[in-house]
Amino acid sequence: MFPHEEKFIREKLGRDPNEVEKAMIEVMWSEHASYKSSRKWLKLLPTKNEYVILGPGEDAGVIKFDENTAIVVGIESHNHPSAVEPYGGAATGVGGIVRDILCMGARPIALLDPIRFGPLEKERNRYLFEYVVKGIADYGNRIGVPTVGGETEFDESLDSYTLVNVACIGIMHPDELVHSYVTESGLLLVLVGNKTGRDGIHGVTFASEELSENAEEEDRSAVQIPDPFTEKLLIEATLEAVKTGKVKALKDLGGGGLTCASSEMAGKKGFGAVIYADRVPQREPNMNAMEVMISESQERMLFAIKKENLEEITKIFEKYELEWTVVGEIIDEPRYIVYWGKEKVADLPINLLTEVPIIEWEVKPYSVEKDVRTPEIAPQDAFLKVLSSPNILSKEWVYRQYDHEVQGRTVLKPGLDAAVLKINDEYGLAFVSDGNPSYCYLNPYHGAMTCVVEAIRNLASVGAKPLSLVDNLNFASPERPEVYWSFIETIKGLRDAANAFRLAYVSGNVSFYNEVGNKPVKPTPVVAALGKVKLEHITTMDFKDEGDLIAVVGVTKKELGGSELYRILGIEGGIAPKVNLDKEKKNIEGILKAIELKLVKAVHDVSKGGLAIALAEMAIVSGLGFEVDISKVPVEAKLSPLEVLFSESQARFIVSFEKENLEKLREIFKDFAVIGEVKGREMVFKSNGDELIRVSVKEGRKIYGSLPRLLGE
Amino acid sequence: MPKFAVIVFPGTNCDFETVEAIKKAGGKAERVWYKESLKDFDGIVLPGGFSYADYLRAGAISARAEIMEEVKELAKDGKPVLGICNGFQILTEAKLLPGALRPNKIPRFLCKWVYLRVADTETAFTGFYKEGEVIRMPIAHAEGNYYANDLSKVRITFQYSDENGNINEESNPNGSILNIAGISNENGNVLGMMPHPERASDRWLGSEDGLKVFKSMVEYAKR
Repeated sequence: MFPHEEKFIREKLGRDPNEVEKAMIEVMWSEHASYKSSRKWLKLLPTKNEYVILGPGEDAGVIKFDENTAIVVGIESHNHPSAVEPYGGAATGVGGIVRDILCMGARPIALLDPIRFGPLEKERNRYLFEYVVKGIADYGNRIGVPTVGGETEFDESLDSYTLVNVACIGIMHPDELVHSYVTESGLLLVLVGNKTGRDGIHGVTFASEELSENAEEEDRSAVQIPDPFTEKLLIEATLEAVKTGKVKALKDLGGGGLTCASSEMAGKKGFGAVIYADRVPQREPNMNAMEVMISESQERMLFAIKKENLEEITKIFEKYELEWTVVGEIIDEPRYIVYWGKEKVADLPINLLTEVPIIEWEVKPYSVEKDVRTPEIAPQDAFLKVLSSPNILSKEWVYRQYDHEVQGRTVLKPGLDAAVLKINDEYGLAFVSDGNPSYCYLNPYHGAMTCVVEAIRNLASVGAKPLSLVDNLNFASPERPEVYWSFIETIKGLRDAANAFRLAYVSGNVSFYNEVGNKPVKPTPVVAALGKVKLEHITTMDFKDEGDLIAVVGVTKKELGGSELYRILGIEGGIAPKVNLDKEKKNIEGILKAIELKLVKAVHDVSKGGLAIALAEMAIVSGLGFEVDISKVPVEAKLSPLEVLFSESQARFIVSFEKENLEKLREIFKDFAVIGEVKGREMVFKSNGDELIRVSVKEGRKIYGSLPRLLGE
Repeated sequence: MPKFAVIVFPGTNCDFETVEAIKKAGGKAERVWYKESLKDFDGIVLPGGFSYADYLRAGAISARAEIMEEVKELAKDGKPVLGICNGFQILTEAKLLPGALRPNKIPRFLCKWVYLRVADTETAFTGFYKEGEVIRMPIAHAEGNYYANDLSKVRITFQYSDENGNINEESNPNGSILNIAGISNENGNVLGMMPHPERASDRWLGSEDGLKVFKSMVEYAKR
């Protein structure tokens, strides 16, 4: 807390808060719980369109899929805990977002895990990587929610740190929606699930500060302990309870523990709450009121129900062998009162906990983007090097550890442009996440837009029309003027890109203070997007038949700043890709039309590694080779062959198709050129007849699958 | 129409889709919480998941639950009993099937589509397959490495193979002896398998090869 905030609280209260009150206020006024530095700017984001049932403001967003199906979606970060204790940190991150979806009344049906680390050469980073993946796997697999995708990225700036984000979607009938706030007094507050321990004490305050070099020793107690077994029981019991229609409000206990869940539930519509903290089942002896009120022990839910329904609902908890306790009740007076036995240990106006004044930090723009000369190296060498980059390599080592099939909905599996889940016999839901801190560092505004448009391009590549977005904003300290500026630029980029597609953000998360040892992370917005696809239209990136033509959609520019080529060459500057929303929209609409008319057999979005890697991936996944002439690629100005191959310009796709559809495709796209054909078992790039690159698909596959070797396996 | 109980232990997580697959195969099916009775059922399915979070050993605690006594009775009466993944682990722990499932040769969870060769079409669950037929379905387990001291007592039903039905080391995902993916009891009415047939019972999900396991089971239960 800042001195001016403490003064404000003293004045409001007319006295000093006691120790319990102070701890609760500290938790609720933390950046992580209050969004005090971000709230003002988040209001710029569009939150409404024809699909939105419930936008930001509760535990997760809700969109309409069809008349009988609502999709609930949310995204969370667990960066600080994962950097200190990767296994528990990542696992509890999964548990937390799953409960956010659950407490809206929906069954969680899929997870995405965008995760980022420092370079794999260092042991500490390998340790973080391996245990974050294991934490996600052990938790997600045990609760039976498939992890169907995500991203894995490595960057020098994340040395000894990690960004662990997790998105989750759930499914329900629109009538089953349960809100996270009450609209009447007299309701009982029932706490269900795990006992409360001393784990995660001050978890949100810890997540609202920079990590010191010794964080591993100092902050372990702020990390929660995962228990997926109880979570699975909690999922089934909660859904059964919701089905009765008698759950009046529901929240999970996450950051800020019981204090946050109960005060938000009561205070949102102006009610108050009395909490009997000593009744809370405790895991450890001699816990005090403060510890019970702010512990972030996992796998706990708070139900608001009428007295007369207590028996019916709690019978369900007992069936699943879950401990339950009436820990408090809703009152008319807008106060938040806590008892410990007979002693009143806290008595606050409830809005002192739930209405935290915003903070605006100083802003200072920076400029690091400047044109550089691309070094001349042999295209063959560059190709092999970029293909071998851990950022390009297949993430099979990761997703094989995730049960991505459980629940029997996964139509498109991990490793493709987007995952698709079967929702009914006709339609599927596509789900994907994208972030690119390298672009965002060079140009926060355009970088943020690339996250949005790449996610939408990924949806379009599988044939899905976008429905909705969620955002997770991972930044360093907002108290750094450059960081705060980049944050605001990011929001503006997210806003403009979404508006161009008439899309809304229905939920999101902000994580500030991502720094270790005074080293800030790059601006890292991560966007997850949902789309709707007719099952019979689903398209994949693998080449289908020899003789099919290959074309590139979109224009290639000298935009290699933040590219994978520049990264492996150690070039920090350069011009980052810019987003032309109009072209982006036209090309995406064109792809969706081409898929609907069944004109294309394979579609792949061009992103990291540029055209060269996009083509290589299409070949490696299918086993079929190709021959292309890159001098035919539409370019904006004169580019060297290396730049054409590895530029990461936006609004581009590669498609393969039968010759007879060429004219129809030309009619759809303005920037479109046939560059070659699917052919043989080799990847061959030529330029005006000169051969630049020739690598067999078999050799490419070997390299593409070499991530385990980098981990010493 | 025969009616099947899909038993749900705390931590079971493949119950819903298993019920769906049985229904699609023409049977009736209900999720049955492990404290309820198995009376009035014509067959039992122990679905996949992490019953009791795999504490102690995968399947060890569930195998000692009271309901398993009823399962044993039904098995003795010749009713079909199918264990998938964690269900297979429970069946070996309950000694309804011989042998044990050890940690995978690379000791971590592995989720992957594999090919299987059908070795035995005489069981209650394989009547619709042809001898030597090669089928495709996913595995998802950390402990699926089958072993038995005395293989002469093991009736092999499914073996991991390549897409042409060759049984070799490259096609063995977890280190199982003789590439064993599924076995039955001597009578052929109790079957355990690590791959998930319920995840291969819908063309949109990659294969319908698994549906025949349930169709065979439904057909057998009609007799």
